[in-house]
Amino acid sequence: MSNLAILPILLPFLAGVLVAFFHKNLIASRIFSIIATVIHLALTIFIFMSVQESGTYVLEVGGWEAPFGIVIVADPLSALLTMTTAVVATAAVIYAPKSLSRIQEEFYFYSFFFLLIAGVNGAFLTGDLFNLFVFFEVLLMASYGLIVLGNGKAQLRESLKYILINLFSSMLFVTTISFLYSVIGTVNMAQAAERVGEVEQQGVLTVIGILLFFVFATKAAVFPLYYWLPSSYTVPNAVVSALFGALLTKVGVYSILRTFTLIFNYEVDLTHTLFIYLAMFTMIFGVIGALSTNNVKLIIAYNVIPAVGFMLMGIGIFTETSIAGSIYYLVHDMIIKAVLFLLIGAVTYAAGTSDLKKMGGLIHHYPVLGWMFFLSTLVLAGIPPFSGFIGKLLLLQGGLNQEEILIVIVALISSLGILFSMIRIFIGGFWGEADIMDLPKQKPSLAAMTWPVGILLSLSILLGVGAEMFYPAVSSIAEYVMDPELYIESVLKE
Amino acid sequence: MEIVMSVLAGLLFMTGVYNLLQKQLLRIVIGTALISHGAHLTILTMGKLKDGAAPILTDGVENYTDPLPQALILTSIVISFGVTSLLLVLAYRASKINHTDNMEKLRGNDYE
Repeated sequence: MSNLAILPILLPFLAGVLVAFFHKNLIASRIFSIIATVIHLALTIFIFMSVQESGTYVLEVGGWEAPFGIVIVADPLSALLTMTTAVVATAAVIYAPKSLSRIQEEFYFYSFFFLLIAGVNGAFLTGDLFNLFVFFEVLLMASYGLIVLGNGKAQLRESLKYILINLFSSMLFVTTISFLYSVIGTVNMAQAAERVGEVEQQGVLTVIGILLFFVFATKAAVFPLYYWLPSSYTVPNAVVSALFGALLTKVGVYSILRTFTLIFNYEVDLTHTLFIYLAMFTMIFGVIGALSTNNVKLIIAYNVIPAVGFMLMGIGIFTETSIAGSIYYLVHDMIIKAVLFLLIGAVTYAAGTSDLKKMGGLIHHYPVLGWMFFLSTLVLAGIPPFSGFIGKLLLLQGGLNQEEILIVIVALISSLGILFSMIRIFIGGFWGEADIMDLPKQKPSLAAMTWPVGILLSLSILLGVGAEMFYPAVSSIAEYVMDPELYIESVLKE
Repeated sequence: MEIVMSVLAGLLFMTGVYNLLQKQLLRIVIGTALISHGAHLTILTMGKLKDGAAPILTDGVENYTDPLPQALILTSIVISFGVTSLLLVLAYRASKINHTDNMEKLRGNDYE
């Protein structure tokens, strides 16, 4: 049964390779991709269910025992995140044909897409720091392919910066791993946790921890290191932006969550307090960015940043409630960011521009799109009873219990800022006179774009309204995450 | 020996970062290549530069070299090789289409 753990990596990888053979045959590739993602979704749901039931699956690849060989670990947290990834991937692949041009679709979009999913799942499932680096590279390689897809002027320009910043942080990652190896002599996460625990994370280990944090913070777009994000998430096609916004930064957040609850959890006063301050600045600057522009795609891209701040805040406060909040918010944010990027893709497709000043009155032509956008605004800002509210409630509760009043105030104010920045799109783009834009007589139908988003959105609403149903699972995962012994035991089998 | 290697890795990082901060695109690519060399040397050094037999279990040998850093470097070299070649192609294409290889002129604006 433990072989199940590697399937979420293997299946998309094989699908990505196979679909490359008939990339010119669009009908076949589309059908194949949809079938593969649906199987992948069913598989990840099954893994999540059985992990909940019978505990963590650990696959020791090639039969080499845990600290020496490579391990793939499907624990409750990883299983939950791979499941969410699969949900986002399914919606994206249904949305893709309408959004991409023929050339973009033919040029291996589906291959890159599946390799991206394989890399993301690998990063979630690996139990080994060096393999985390390798899977980061897998997903980054696929994302390099996706970001230049279409060969536009701006795309080439921004992809250069995107690759450079990621390459630099990857090299920093390798260097940090080598430092860690020289100190504790292992790259296996469970053994690293054990050995760091034995010496209670003295001196240099904390420095290595902080270095590792900065690597992940670059990928996750935390405060001083988020400058690369807005423009590189704006230039690619809407479906690519949605995949990036929903998955890539979240992999960084997951890595911070994993390493700083499992390995470096002895100097909480230093490291986790730093997180709280960085989270605060991340929220403030993200919201200011979102309010500063009239480009609708850029507004959504900037909204990725404060969300990272919220999740980091939960990790920084470091109690069971706040970690539960972070995990809830992580799942919520993966889904809602995909919804927003896909919706904004439909909006710019319909309006023919991404400049807010040139839009107006879209709701007369596309009422469904308008109301869906309004609902997702409420979900994102965390208006009760939607899912953003539940995550934020847990985070704020955790913050108040630890008497971190300042971060709670900043979080509340920045939620207001997020709501304002989104409502600005709604007022500017959907309200107003219908004839402000010279839309073509034959309005393009958006049905193919809206229904996959509709599924995601209703799932997101369910996540909020049915919180009673989901909360026990999330809280048990938080309990599990806060007790690193469980992870170490299940991997090293002592 | 470790000290010499560390200094060398440091020098590589230094020159790499210097090149990374230049305006010309090709220099930046070279900078990333130098940084990755520095990182690989760091891995090698951090595993301790031990003399010893190949890490295969044989009778009468007590001192083995550590195989793990070498495996890690090999993986990392392959990855950085791939990324550097991709970056070179992309830099060529980007400078062709944007008619410049000066990063100062590749800032871009809001609406595109």
